[in-house]
Amino acid sequence: MVTLDNLKLGQSATVREFTDDFLSLKLTEMGCFPGEVVKLTNIAPFGDPIAIEVSGYQLSLRKQEAHTVIVERI
Amino acid sequence: MGPLKNNISVALIGNPNSGKSTLFNALTGLNQKTGNYAGVTVDKHYGSYKFKTQDYTITDLPGTYSLYPKSIDEEVACKVLFSKEEGIDVVVIVTDASSLKRHLLLATQVVDLKKPCVLVLNMIDEANKNNLTIYKEELEKLLDISVVAVNSRNKEGINDLKEAITKAKISSAIFYDFEKQMQLFPQATSYQTIIESAVKSNEAHSEQLKQYELSDNIFRFSKINYIIAKCIKKPEQLNKNITQKLDAFFTHKIFGFAFFFLILFIIFQFIFYVAEFPMTWIEGGFANLMNITSSVLPKGQLNDLIVNGVLAGISGIVVFVPQIALLFFFIAILEDTGYMARASFILDKIMRRFGLNGKSVIPMLSSVACAVPSIMSARTITNWKDRMITILVTPLISCSARLPVYTLLISIMFVGHHTVGILNFQGLVLMGMYVLGFAAALIAAYILKRILKTTEKSYFIMELPVYRMPQWQTVTMLVFSKVKIFLFDAGKIILAISIVLWFLTSHAPADNFEVLEKNAVANNVSEQDLNAQKLEASYAGILGKKMEPAIKPLGFDWKIGIALITSFAAREVFVGTMATIYSSGDSENTETLREKLIAQKNFETQQPAYTNAVCWSLLIFYVFAMQCMSTLATTYRETKHWKWPALQLVFMTGLAYLSSFLVYTVLG
Repeated sequence: MVTLDNLKLGQSATVREFTDDFLSLKLTEMGCFPGEVVKLTNIAPFGDPIAIEVSGYQLSLRKQEAHTVIVERI
Repeated sequence: MGPLKNNISVALIGNPNSGKSTLFNALTGLNQKTGNYAGVTVDKHYGSYKFKTQDYTITDLPGTYSLYPKSIDEEVACKVLFSKEEGIDVVVIVTDASSLKRHLLLATQVVDLKKPCVLVLNMIDEANKNNLTIYKEELEKLLDISVVAVNSRNKEGINDLKEAITKAKISSAIFYDFEKQMQLFPQATSYQTIIESAVKSNEAHSEQLKQYELSDNIFRFSKINYIIAKCIKKPEQLNKNITQKLDAFFTHKIFGFAFFFLILFIIFQFIFYVAEFPMTWIEGGFANLMNITSSVLPKGQLNDLIVNGVLAGISGIVVFVPQIALLFFFIAILEDTGYMARASFILDKIMRRFGLNGKSVIPMLSSVACAVPSIMSARTITNWKDRMITILVTPLISCSARLPVYTLLISIMFVGHHTVGILNFQGLVLMGMYVLGFAAALIAAYILKRILKTTEKSYFIMELPVYRMPQWQTVTMLVFSKVKIFLFDAGKIILAISIVLWFLTSHAPADNFEVLEKNAVANNVSEQDLNAQKLEASYAGILGKKMEPAIKPLGFDWKIGIALITSFAAREVFVGTMATIYSSGDSENTETLREKLIAQKNFETQQPAYTNAVCWSLLIFYVFAMQCMSTLATTYRETKHWKWPALQLVFMTGLAYLSSFLVYTVLG
């Protein structure tokens, strides 16, 4: 188990749980919910934010936000 | 649906990037209006169409990801659904057919509200291009409402949608987490009652509701996964190559920034140089109109009011239109193509430090041309606090109206040739003023970030939409509505202030003007000198003299005081007013004014009046001071509260006063 910000470019993982209450609400409504497979698709030039593929589209989020998502590498 | 009303009210709801505005344009054509929702800064777009003798009113709600609002825009969208005044009869749920999974979350929530609704599979052409097969009938069965495939760009399916709206029905399907509801809200009779009371109460959401929201979201997606599996056949390899390749370029550490600066350069060229032409035409046209009106109408007070008060005021408003239209033309294209999200993506880390957002960059940099369109363009920033900070600090950046003031003052200070190596000293100082403005804006943002309080959580969880060709109709409509909002909302405030300013400069207590005029005839005083005498005798002149004690510590006399008052109309008016006061004639010809100012002696000391200390002090004052009624009016229009423009006025002018005082004390 790692947090989402620790994935490497191109790596996929399954979402397991969240550590922040508010962000968990925002993330689930954006289609990033436990059981869903996400893939790290892009990292901004200064290393932050990052972009993931989730529920069939691309979502960008800051590293500190990604840090609240616990995932399991596939 | 109930008995036929004479006007059926339809609401369009959908995620941002669902192509909602394009669909709205396709439905209403040119029959649309822009208004405001009461008490908030969200624009209301509504329109109408007729279908089979029945009239429909259609409201394009702000984009929202769910019925649990997380921003002011989303809150408005949700409130309208339940509002008695709006009286929504039918809800049209707009989804992007290529990205149905995420869009279905909001769709199932709306279905659960038990209002008549219709689901639109928008941009069906793109889904077809990606070889997605959507089994529409299956989807209709599972959602129990009609589903219409639409391509809003060429209006395919629009008639089917209008037909479906007439037959919209309440779904009998249920998607919400019933068990959790029983556990957390045992007294609630339906999903609708929970959402309605949550939306209507203005308090922070309860722990209970948050718990429910999380479990409801997850529960819904488990059902959505089932729907997707049943209704959509995906090709083995999704065709995402184009977006991937473009992203590799647009978010590249070198090419990405190079492209962004190229875009900025193009926007600058347009709002600086290209806008100059229509602006000159507008000013020329109004000057002609003012001449004609003044000669046609009988001489007198009314003539003066109409020509120099009203017409001059309107001219000062209309002159902003080219810059606003051009800036929004580019912003609409950047938003519509999906590029704006990438620009935010690569700039976020830098801007975040200052309490700003990736999307603040374009508004801030555009204000080098003018703060008015910039403040309006801050609308693209969805986060309330980031948007307010951007609006508040943007006017600190030196705009083009300050340039004539800077040029005049710098040319007084550095007569002859001053060079440092190969650098021209005047150019260096000018650049310094711009740097100072930028620095002040960033520092102010940094401070405001700590001061401003908000209940809205700050986050940067943002969709990166697929790249699309811009929709010209959507772009045009946006430009049009922004220009209209400025002309009629901010415009009326600007007009009122310009009439006050006109009155102050063209009227004097008692018969002071008549006395001066008689004296002028008797003593053969030139018209230039008479104008100077009149300005001194006017209310503005009196005010200038009254405020002299207050501005004396900055090195300013009453003459500068008058110019400070009049340049509230626009900063460059400073130069014109100084020209009138020193009766150096044409304000276009600053050479004579410059010489007069240099030659000017202080009345008491008989030393040059415009010393370096005075010029520096004035220069710094113009960098920081809030000297622009149009900016204040626009800030009011965009924030819907007088406290924000008041804050701008106080903190900027306060900063200017203190800085000028410091500069004058040190140098003087």
